Amino acid sequence: MNLPPTTASPVASPSRRGKMQKVTRRVKYESELDLGFGERIAKDAYGQNLLSCIQCGTCGATCPLSYYMDYTPRRVIAMVREGFREEAINSFTIWLCASCYACTVQCPRQIHITDVMYTLKREAIKQGVYPKRYPIPVLARAFFDLVRHFGRSSESLLLIRLYLQTNPFLMLRNAGLGWKLFRKGRMPLKIEQIKEKTKLRNLLLAVERPREEEPQ
Amino acid sequence: MKYMYYPGCSLKSTGRPYEESLLAIFRALEVDLQEVRDWNCCGATAYASIDEKKAFGLAARNLALAELQHGPSNGEGVNLVAPCSACFLVLTKSQKYFDTYPEVQRDVTRALEAAELDYKGKTRVRHPLDVLVNDIGIERVQKRVTNPMKGIRIASYYGCQVVRPFATFDDAMYPTSMDRLMSAAGATPVDWPLKTRCCGGSLTGTIPEAGLRLNQHLLNEAVRKKADAIVTCCPLCQFNLECFQSQINSRYAEDIHVPVMYFTQFLGLSFGLSEHDLGIQRLFVKPDFRRPAVEKGAPAHV
Repeated sequence: MNLPPTTASPVASPSRRGKMQKVTRRVKYESELDLGFGERIAKDAYGQNLLSCIQCGTCGATCPLSYYMDYTPRRVIAMVREGFREEAINSFTIWLCASCYACTVQCPRQIHITDVMYTLKREAIKQGVYPKRYPIPVLARAFFDLVRHFGRSSESLLLIRLYLQTNPFLMLRNAGLGWKLFRKGRMPLKIEQIKEKTKLRNLLLAVERPREEEPQ
Repeated sequence: MKYMYYPGCSLKSTGRPYEESLLAIFRALEVDLQEVRDWNCCGATAYASIDEKKAFGLAARNLALAELQHGPSNGEGVNLVAPCSACFLVLTKSQKYFDTYPEVQRDVTRALEAAELDYKGKTRVRHPLDVLVNDIGIERVQKRVTNPMKGIRIASYYGCQVVRPFATFDDAMYPTSMDRLMSAAGATPVDWPLKTRCCGGSLTGTIPEAGLRLNQHLLNEAVRKKADAIVTCCPLCQFNLECFQSQINSRYAEDIHVPVMYFTQFLGLSFGLSEHDLGIQRLFVKPDFRRPAVEKGAPAHV
């Protein structure tokens, strides 16, 4: 089993043959955990039932991408609940989730697992804990900016930005596909945009202001 | 009944044949679709990964515009047709969350005020499948069929987001509405257990190792079930299954050539509409339904 790396520093101990071997603590101390993490994620993912997960593993079994994941969704939930914050947001799992909602539909505890994954993605993007030039957050960010500026997304612009910021080589490899789409009239070069851009920007800015105090 | 229509960004670019064929068959059925003026992007899955509150704000603007432009609805609610799966999911999800969580509703109301809009919550988000099967009805569709697609074996691919988890018009894991429409068009729907298995969405571009594999499984299963074509109701599924076929063939040493078309295009063919009006010429793998597959005495595959 892959135990999460801990922050404890390795100590040296003599092995049987006299060679020095690094020894690492494989278990986290409770004091190193972020104990409020589970509660926080549950709140952001719309459901306290995250905390009552029965660890049945139905989520991992229905997930079409679970065999690429480092931790199955069941383990991610367990980590979130117990406060393994770093391990959860550093997990590859959250980037693989394609939001197909199969787990959410099948979960016997009605946990909004897809929302949990979204919440973890946002947490990871906010703290910048993903490899540089990692395509998924780059794509999300490019899409976010495009829609903020124009109100709509244009696939040609989106893909060009994605490839330039991640792997320009991929652009060459997919250029043929792009050309074919263009010839079939399915990749217009026109930038799609709405008329009331200022109003949309005001709308998005209004969301940023902090929530007013809830009435008691 | 009047329907408001929210195309979404995909239907204006890679999904253009979807829009062309959808409008064509609704015209043929004499159902009015009125495009929401100045609609904005729904936010798709990427927006919620950056800022969820803004994602709800984007969706709310569209719902509010639909309500406003529809005019008085006599207490029936405003039907908003969203053909793209991602748009459909995002809009239904937002609607559900406004109704369920007061804090979301407060955020959204405040955001809409900044854009001089007001949303009363009357919009009902509908998928064309839902409208065709439950409002227009299979019988009316069947009556319009002038060119029955006899003997054509069709694998209906719903993808994930149309039926999960906020849609109520069909089963979340084993839906049948598209299969019933295919039967109405005279075709033979094949029993295809992967019909709601995810195609990976944008993973084909971001993590091709995982994304292309998912599509390979889907295509292989369709070939194994002797499907003459895959029909789908999602622009991203159509794009993945069709446009990456050559990459899948070279990467995994396969030899797959399956036409992947929109269910609206197939229905349009059965209505006798012209290929050009349905955007058939925009497909990469041209469907050829002239050979009778079953009548040649091929064994029946279920």
